[in-house]
Amino acid sequence: MINADLLFDLTLILLLLGLAVAAIHAPKLYTSIVMFIVFGLMLALTWARLGATDLALAEAGIGAGLIGVMLLSAMGRSPPEPASRSRPLQHIASLTLAVLVLLLLTRAAIPLLDASPLLPQQVAQELDNSGVSHPVTAVLLNFRAWDTLLELVVLLLALLGVRQLQPSTGPRPQAWPLLVAWSRVIAPLVVMVGGYLLWSGSHAPGGAFQAGVVLAAGVVTLRLSGLLPNIGWHQWPLRALVLVGVALFSLVAATSAWLGEGWLAYPREWSGGLILSIEIAATLSIAAALTLLVIGDTEELAA
Amino acid sequence: MTEWLIWLSWPLLLAGMFFFISGTLGVLRFPDVYSRLHAVTKADTLGLGLLAAGLALRSDGWQPALLMLLIWLLVMVSSATACQLLARHQREFDSDGGAETSASQKPEEQHDQR
Repeated sequence: MINADLLFDLTLILLLLGLAVAAIHAPKLYTSIVMFIVFGLMLALTWARLGATDLALAEAGIGAGLIGVMLLSAMGRSPPEPASRSRPLQHIASLTLAVLVLLLLTRAAIPLLDASPLLPQQVAQELDNSGVSHPVTAVLLNFRAWDTLLELVVLLLALLGVRQLQPSTGPRPQAWPLLVAWSRVIAPLVVMVGGYLLWSGSHAPGGAFQAGVVLAAGVVTLRLSGLLPNIGWHQWPLRALVLVGVALFSLVAATSAWLGEGWLAYPREWSGGLILSIEIAATLSIAAALTLLVIGDTEELAA
Repeated sequence: MTEWLIWLSWPLLLAGMFFFISGTLGVLRFPDVYSRLHAVTKADTLGLGLLAAGLALRSDGWQPALLMLLIWLLVMVSSATACQLLARHQREFDSDGGAETSASQKPEEQHDQR
């Protein structure tokens, strides 16, 4: 008798594998993108099933939502796809590579099965000193804050890279009245949910990336329905918003290295406030950067 | 007290599953976009409502039940909006005589509503 949990997990695994294959091998690009979005949602479900709610939220928002929109709008801009040619040699090469990577990953993952992990205990011991009560936020913004700082830099570099390419679009079609009305309805909801996610990050799943994605999705919807004026890189408040996360984070890091105990080692009594202000700045930056990545500022370039 | 609430939730959960399955069948079997939209939005909204009602009977307090009610309302409104937008896109596409870029014409608008 198979129990229900195992059945659910096995179904999820099979769905993930099937969707991954379908996303790569679908005959039309559009089908591939839809498969990729569904794959992202299923992956989010998998993370939730593994108990990683923070990752599930981020995957559903970024992996399935915003990247899906980015791929669709990229497809809208690109010329019609050429007829795909079947290249068996390439398939064999990629299959070999995939098997090798799978072997490496399996070798790396098998020791984790029976070794008792030390890190959760260490995090739980130090949680009281971190300034927040949610272990994931404690790791992301205190114990391993360096990684998060670099993630913000990566996002900034991605935005700069896209700006170098200067993708061009024609003028946006007039938005339908229903879309406009719907955007008006969900805009306050988006602000509320984003604010809640940001606030709850200190004691429950949530945080800067999740809140930033929700806000960015709201701004993109408002922009697509024409309710917001043109957003562009030439506006200095927007540039400041994109940079404020990295700037505040680096400032805190440099100050703590100069006056305090070391690079990104917060003074204990300040850590809660510092983490909260970094999270707020990072949320604004992530929201601004993702919005610019998705909708771009092509209209002012074209003008 | 709680025992009969759990028994009461079973018909709701089963009816919810029935509507989800019939909505999925409709998407797979119906001939055109409009009837497929009809199947997926109406049946799934009703199915989700029944599932939420069934799960609310099993929840510990009124907060999870209220949360599920709010989520159901949000899904209901958003699926109705998405259905209208998709149907309108299809109608414009049909009246254009079917340009070749059917899939890529207004992908952003469609996707945003999901």
